Amino acid sequence: MWLFDRDLWREVFNTLSKNMFRTFLTMLGVIFAMVILMLLLGSANGMSNGFDKIFAGTASNSLFVWGQSTSEPYKGFERGRRINFRLEDASILKEQIPEIEVLAPRIELGSHRSIVSVYRKGRTSGSSVYGDYPEIDEITKKKLVEGRFLNQLDIEDSKKVCVIGEETYKLLFDKGEKVIGEEIRINGVFFQVVGMYKPNNNINIDGENAVFIPFSTFQKSFGSGDRMGWMAISVEKNTPVPIVESEIKKLLKNKYDVSPQDERAIGSFDMSEIFNNISAFTMVLKGFSFFIGIFTLLAGVIAISNILLITVKERTKEIGVRRALGATPRIVKRQIVLEAIVLTAFAGLIGFAISVGILMMLDAKWGSGEDFPFINPMVGVAQFLFSFILMVGLSVLIGLIPANRAVKIRPIEALREE
Amino acid sequence: MIKIENLHKSYKMGSNSLHVLKGINFSVEEGELVAIMGSSGSGKSTLLNILGMLDGLDEGSYVLDGVPIKDLNETKAANYRNKFLGFIFQSFNLINYKNAMENVALPLYYQKVGRKERQEKALKYLEQVGLKEWATHLPSELSGGQKQRVAIARAMAAEPKVLLADEPTGALDSKTSYEVMDLIQKINDEGNTILVVTHEPDIADMCKRIVHLKDGVIVEDKKVKQVRASEHV
Repeated sequence: MWLFDRDLWREVFNTLSKNMFRTFLTMLGVIFAMVILMLLLGSANGMSNGFDKIFAGTASNSLFVWGQSTSEPYKGFERGRRINFRLEDASILKEQIPEIEVLAPRIELGSHRSIVSVYRKGRTSGSSVYGDYPEIDEITKKKLVEGRFLNQLDIEDSKKVCVIGEETYKLLFDKGEKVIGEEIRINGVFFQVVGMYKPNNNINIDGENAVFIPFSTFQKSFGSGDRMGWMAISVEKNTPVPIVESEIKKLLKNKYDVSPQDERAIGSFDMSEIFNNISAFTMVLKGFSFFIGIFTLLAGVIAISNILLITVKERTKEIGVRRALGATPRIVKRQIVLEAIVLTAFAGLIGFAISVGILMMLDAKWGSGEDFPFINPMVGVAQFLFSFILMVGLSVLIGLIPANRAVKIRPIEALREE
Repeated sequence: MIKIENLHKSYKMGSNSLHVLKGINFSVEEGELVAIMGSSGSGKSTLLNILGMLDGLDEGSYVLDGVPIKDLNETKAANYRNKFLGFIFQSFNLINYKNAMENVALPLYYQKVGRKERQEKALKYLEQVGLKEWATHLPSELSGGQKQRVAIARAMAAEPKVLLADEPTGALDSKTSYEVMDLIQKINDEGNTILVVTHEPDIADMCKRIVHLKDGVIVEDKKVKQVRASEHV
């Protein structure tokens, strides 16, 4: 097998290493191309990672559903009727739509997005107050800095406990003051703080000025009965959210006597849509960088072919001598193609090393993702291997051009005295 | 060793055809040292190219060591050249980025001889041409005479049936020329068949037989009393 022929490789390396300057110039194009490709891919990856971090902790395949007002008269009801969900809807939906993974009902004190006064030792904050189930944490993860989130026991015993946001803490507490175990007052009811969370660069639809109390406690303390404000729902991984969304709406419309054509009565927000948009964006970005990079690479490899073509012309005599000494056309061809491959592979590796260095510098300087979404810009093994193999494959094809030229040199013409 | 009958060769030059060799009959026995002489345009280089399988023939036959040389494709020609022939050129044609030993070992590489054996043989032949100490030197570090001696070692390394020398002394001064001819004579003394193309009468006189070519035909073919080059050194 010629691939393991040590002499052949020595011959190739000797030829290349004894013409260092020419070899280096030849490689330059591919080195640059590889650097550009890797930098583009690395940056696209960094950006993709940055977006991923922003969305970390939010279940991507989730949606939120809430009641609004009807826009059409139906079954004797006038338009403009307010739809208020009831707690039983949660279990009905879970029962009837098996694709639902987690369903967390929520109720808000006051109307939607309203602000409630929360008191503590003479201080007041205007915060949102939510009655929640612990499952909500599976859909929008809170970054707890102290204590714990609400749990099942809180719900069962209707404990008067709460989890507060960092903003609320700042308004109600002195800086550095102990928070766990302290009590705050909402609408005359005291709640013990069991946990505090802080912003974490993620999407946080609840904001940081908010108080979360167990749903059951909310019902008892504020007499909300079986009313429910809205539902956060996560859907099985492989099920498209819009399908489940329409099923949920259909079921709810039926239950609340809403016209099937009424688009306004029940509001919903599909989180997956944002995710899909962002991932489509990063996909396009990656694809685009790859496209540009591959063509740059092609240009680099063609440059190698070009220079090899020139060197073949320069080496006419040498090739002629080799032929006279018994080198068959196949041997000559193989040597030139191997030279192209070795040049490309070496240049590719050098370019890869350089670009990894640059990416590491970029990472050290901007890679934390604080200012803009750019985290850990690096090239994946698969991406690198793919580019590398593609590049070497191209070099074989393009190396054949000078190789064929070399074979066409007839020894008699090469050796003709000037 | 070499048997050529009724050899014709012409080249197309646009619409005209140039008839270079017009029926050459020629044979060489083993151990001969033959000078092929002739002015430029006489066809001596063409003859050598055909003998060297660097060029094909139009008409006639060429038998080398009992093997008819005809209808060669490039691969076969390369293999035959490697097996049967050793070339010595006027301008030495050493590969400039290979040292003396690597140059000598090159034909052996194409014979797929192992690396170790190749080096041993290359050194052996370098020793024979008196350049063993120069084995690791590049051609640029050698004098013209030394280069030609390396080229001779290279031609002999593959142990060919016939050595073909095309104006081997053409680029050398007379003193060095005689040294090279001395070497060629010594190699011939050992029984090697050698053909030397030259236009210098004193070089031709150092062979054992002189073939005169003129206008594509052999006009004279005579055995001569060999002048030993060592007498002139």
